[in-house]
Amino acid sequence: MNAPMSSVARFTDSVEEGRRVLRFQGDLTLSRLGVLPNRLDRLKGRDFVIDLSGVGRMDTIGAWIVHRTARDRGGEIVGADEGAATLLRQVERADQPVKVRPDPPAPFQRVLTQLGEATVEAGHTFVGLLGFFGGMLLAIGNVIRQPRRFRLNAVVQRFEVVGVHAFGIIGLMSFLVGIVIAQQGAVQLRQFGAEVFTVNLIGRSSIKELGVLMTAIMVAGRSGSSFAAQLGSMKLAEEVDAMRTIGVSPMEALVLPRVFATVLMMPLLSFYAAIVAIIGGGIFTWVSLDIAPVTFVQRIREVVPLTDLWQLLIKAPVFGLIISLAGCYQGMQVKSDAEEVGLRTTTAVVQAIFLVIVLDAFFAVFFTEIGWL
Amino acid sequence: MSEAQEEIVIEVHGLRNSFGEAVIHDGLDLEVRRGEIIGVVGGSGTGKSVMMRSIIGLQRPDAGEVRVFGEPMLDRDDAQLQPIRKRWGILFQGAALFSTLTVAENVQVPLREFYPRLSEKLLDEIAAYKIVMVGLAPDAGPKYPAELSGGMKKRAGIARALALDPELLFLDEPTAGLDPIGAAAFDQLIVDLRERLGLTVFLITHDLDTLYTICDRVAVLADRKVIAVGTIPELLALDHEWIQEYFRGPRGRAAEEAMEAEEARTGEANGGTER
Repeated sequence: MNAPMSSVARFTDSVEEGRRVLRFQGDLTLSRLGVLPNRLDRLKGRDFVIDLSGVGRMDTIGAWIVHRTARDRGGEIVGADEGAATLLRQVERADQPVKVRPDPPAPFQRVLTQLGEATVEAGHTFVGLLGFFGGMLLAIGNVIRQPRRFRLNAVVQRFEVVGVHAFGIIGLMSFLVGIVIAQQGAVQLRQFGAEVFTVNLIGRSSIKELGVLMTAIMVAGRSGSSFAAQLGSMKLAEEVDAMRTIGVSPMEALVLPRVFATVLMMPLLSFYAAIVAIIGGGIFTWVSLDIAPVTFVQRIREVVPLTDLWQLLIKAPVFGLIISLAGCYQGMQVKSDAEEVGLRTTTAVVQAIFLVIVLDAFFAVFFTEIGWL
Repeated sequence: MSEAQEEIVIEVHGLRNSFGEAVIHDGLDLEVRRGEIIGVVGGSGTGKSVMMRSIIGLQRPDAGEVRVFGEPMLDRDDAQLQPIRKRWGILFQGAALFSTLTVAENVQVPLREFYPRLSEKLLDEIAAYKIVMVGLAPDAGPKYPAELSGGMKKRAGIARALALDPELLFLDEPTAGLDPIGAAAFDQLIVDLRERLGLTVFLITHDLDTLYTICDRVAVLADRKVIAVGTIPELLALDHEWIQEYFRGPRGRAAEEAMEAEEARTGEANGGTER
């Protein structure tokens, strides 16, 4: 009873009248426990008399430790004052079999499960994307039948966000890519004394591949991700549900403007990127290979066939469609919590870039086959 | 004993908070005594949560003084605040459970943080009995917050707030969004915990039933300060428009009547002893 205030919890272990007696002293509170639980765990023997008469303050954790010692080792608790007795009764009542950790599945089984889940997920995504594409086509059909429902304001606003705001970063990136191509090309071609073909390399690779591909990657990172995050958080805040109940189709109001804007902006941005890359390469060739800008432009016009430009203009809208579809689809799949928004956003970007590159390979083979070399 | 009861746990003096042009608090004073359940009420936007955030050090006030357990809270570094943080538990409005951790792991976070020497087995046991104590189902331990209902999240939040057996518990609208049965059970839980653990509870609420049934005193926030603190009868005796409207409105009257009926019943059962 006369335990000093705020003293460290401790216990003594003695044999009295043929019985093991654990005499606790000090404060049995979390902050005063120290190594007492570990010492108790190491204690051997059973059937103690647990004497609490020397205990000062006690909290539920202290009570729990006393309780579980009595429970596991057998024993009787004596000398508990009223407060301690109440606490002990309470932790005893709370002592129920509770699952704390999820059951760990067997490792082999887990690999199989993950593989299966991933396969199912991939299948769902494929079917889902296809269904989403179909839903969008239906929405387009509706809008064509009732042109009044086309949301021009939303589309124009997306033009600005997807297109105009991307000008700076895409220009800078393309300019640098153009310089790198020119520089690397010049180093390699110099070995054959064919430095002048650097111009061919810059012109054709920029227009045919790099302009559109780099733009697609940038747009996927900038806009695809923001579509997923925006729609995802709108879905979480039940905005999308609210829209439906008011009779506004989320497909028409949210998805179409984004898809439309991306499909239209991608060719423009890609062309712009290709031109800036050519300018970057041109400046490099001018400075380091002494090819005058006039000659450079003339050479470009000679070596770049018009079909290269057609390739850019065909690929860009398709890539735009893929990026915006992946972004919107993933956003609309959000169901549970904010964490999912982040996951879905990442998935949208990864999916978009992956699909863009797969399709780009397909396009390359296709255009070669039809003779657009 | 009476001295200990009168001990001031939270002391706020001359608190001023503003966001840009909008002044939320100006010259706000509040004292919370050890062992009491104090309810904080006020209209929407009167800065109840901001006051709580100022007390627990999440919001830096423009001016004023805040003391918790007699220790000044402002202008102190993390190391100095750590011993105070061990002694309180906080339930945020949305429970604020860590979404990547299970309920049991959530409860263990403060224990692991402050008492790294506890053994894994003991941690699991502590999490288990805390989960039962707050009235969660025994299978709730390994669940993730996303799998829980609103009421269960709040209970899990309380379990985490109680992990360290704190002396002081902050609750931000604990019964908001719960059904009346769940809310009543939650009120009972708070009273039980106070009885058992001698907690001091700082409670922000809009729930008149909660105010009537469990709060010892109520602090009213209006006009950028605490305009009155006292028991509900004391507040009702005041001639302030907002207070009268708040407690005398249709909802306030219903809660009062329910309370009186309840008191009459328990009063008879206990032979008319004071509650």
